[in-house]
Amino acid sequence: MSTITENISLKEQFLELYRNKSGEIAANSAPLMNALRDNAIGKLEKLGFPDRKKEDYLYADINSVFRQDLEKSFGEQKINFNIREIFHCDVPHLDTSLLLLVNGRFYNNGQELRELPGGVIAGSMKQAAKDYPEIVEKHYGRYSGNSKDGLVALNTAFAQDGIFVYAPPGVRSEKPVQIVNIMISDTGQMAQHRNLFIEGEDAGLNIVVCDHSLSAHRFLTNSVNEVFAGERAQINLTRIQNEHNGSTQITHSYSHQEAGSHLASNIISLHGGFIRNNVFVKMNGEHAENHSMGLYLADKNQYIDNFVFIDHSSPNCFSNQLYKGVLDDTALGAFTGRILVERDAQKTNAYQSNNSILMTDDARMYSRPQLEIYADDVKCSHGSTLGQLDEDALFYMRSRGINHREARLLLMFAFAHDVIKNIRVKALRERIDHLVNKRLRGELSRCNNCAMQCG
Amino acid sequence: MLVIKDLKVSIDGEEILKGINLEVRAGELHAIMGPNGSGKSTLASVLAGRELYEVTSGKVTYKDQDLLEKSPEERAKEGLFLGFQYPIEIPGVSMVNFMKTAINEMRKHRGEEPLSASEFLKKMREKKDLVEISSSLTNRSVNEGFSGGEKKKNEIFQMAMLEPDLAILDETDSGLDIDALRIVARGVNNLKSPHNATIVITHYQRLLDYIVPDFVHVLYNGRIVKSGGKELALLLEEKGYEWINAEEVNQ
Repeated sequence: MSTITENISLKEQFLELYRNKSGEIAANSAPLMNALRDNAIGKLEKLGFPDRKKEDYLYADINSVFRQDLEKSFGEQKINFNIREIFHCDVPHLDTSLLLLVNGRFYNNGQELRELPGGVIAGSMKQAAKDYPEIVEKHYGRYSGNSKDGLVALNTAFAQDGIFVYAPPGVRSEKPVQIVNIMISDTGQMAQHRNLFIEGEDAGLNIVVCDHSLSAHRFLTNSVNEVFAGERAQINLTRIQNEHNGSTQITHSYSHQEAGSHLASNIISLHGGFIRNNVFVKMNGEHAENHSMGLYLADKNQYIDNFVFIDHSSPNCFSNQLYKGVLDDTALGAFTGRILVERDAQKTNAYQSNNSILMTDDARMYSRPQLEIYADDVKCSHGSTLGQLDEDALFYMRSRGINHREARLLLMFAFAHDVIKNIRVKALRERIDHLVNKRLRGELSRCNNCAMQCG
Repeated sequence: MLVIKDLKVSIDGEEILKGINLEVRAGELHAIMGPNGSGKSTLASVLAGRELYEVTSGKVTYKDQDLLEKSPEERAKEGLFLGFQYPIEIPGVSMVNFMKTAINEMRKHRGEEPLSASEFLKKMREKKDLVEISSSLTNRSVNEGFSGGEKKKNEIFQMAMLEPDLAILDETDSGLDIDALRIVARGVNNLKSPHNATIVITHYQRLLDYIVPDFVHVLYNGRIVKSGGKELALLLEEKGYEWINAEEVNQ
């Protein structure tokens, strides 16, 4: 199926793929999703793939990762593994409603969509587009539609399924919805799924996304998440990226916040060869509050790149970005944090902070704060630090008998915990503390009962 | 317990210690006094293993072993403790976690089982009372947001927890009000036994009103220029370090 043709541009390859496969793609998806494809492919044709000449992708070598030899399949996929046997995510004391995505497809356990206790509806994106067309149509493609990123157009053109979560107005669900996104195959694989999380007025949701790779093949995921938070809705999104180092993960998250809504997202990047997270937030109503946070732990040849764009288009909103990371060996990290305060967005409070620790001389980090402010009565700040572990603190601990290695771990862990402590679900926070601790110790940071050894 | 012979130490090519000789036996309390810049803190740091300094000659024997060969943590595990002049703040590392890790590392070194959570908390409670340090401090990150006095009390608290054989207290009295000074001194006196030794480094005689040394040494310009009993401290207080200067010149 997949061929590597160096002299044909990536764009041409995918345009051709679309020409050949659009029938199959549509047949295995839903009309509402299909409706946006032709327009999206036109956009891809115009925008192309991002390359390093583009300001927003200065350090990400998108071309190489897409040129890997990967299977792109659009029909039913036979999974030659018993997922339930291999994968059992056992987070102690964390009671979740579990949804599985396998290679970008909703993993059917007899029910494509279900109503969870409390009234949240969750399941297959494809099915939701058929069963809840009026809701899906109102939101699908609406928040990512203005993107200038060819990769988003690529996803819209090819995505066939994903996860749909809907909290109707007033429905507040404490129990987290857990989405386990698994890549598993006996050959290299590309997946492009599409998630849609919708919250009506005064609704509340906790969503946890865990990304795993369960076989030692090259994987590429290019996924788009659209999030709508209605007035006064509350949503906590936590993502744990834990794929092996032969995998590529590109995520695009578009959140649209109405007045008084509160959205907190934490992206914990533990493992993965090439990770690029794009986080776009639009503050569309007054008194909305957004916390976008991330923790990246990279070693060997890992590449982790976070790009955050907070668009304050309404007055009296608050946003806070906190991204921290530790880079070891020859790892490369990048962070771009953009705050746009539009002309009418008076009384905006917008903050940003990016702190990285470099463990070796060969590890690198690029940090770019970008503030664009058109209103005159705002409070905005940004800070970026890059450094080594505090030698004085290390000596202090060693002088108390704590080994050098242990002292370093304690300091790194304290550094990382700054991000983790903001995760609101306690059991999840404790679990992530534990995973991060193991990750920093160089032990495997996979879920307890998962037989595969990611990383 | 500790024997320092002709110790010379430089930093960035500049010689700070120019041949220190000192012997400390179990059960003794030594005070090292001297003006600013005489090398007091350098001596303390070198003994604790700070790597900023270069030992150019001399020998330090601790418990009949070469001290300078050992890493800071090995020294600590062998019972050497440094009370910092400027204790370090470590945001995000809780006092409890810090002390528990330290104590269990030491126990492991001695071939003992780690303390259980309840044993550890019991020990914390006992030692907290000794230095009158409040629980609100031990529940926080190490030294973070502590006042100067609280930081110094916290040093004595750690010393009480770790029960060292040789404690070196670097200007533990500086910046303390009289109440905190009394508490610190009481901690030091209570922890003193015939089996351990203490070196108190201080600028002022004041601390020695509460902690009575067996020996007083005057460190001046990188050398110990005078040693004597506790009366030497009083003489210094009366005549000032200028007096040493004059003596030096006369010699």
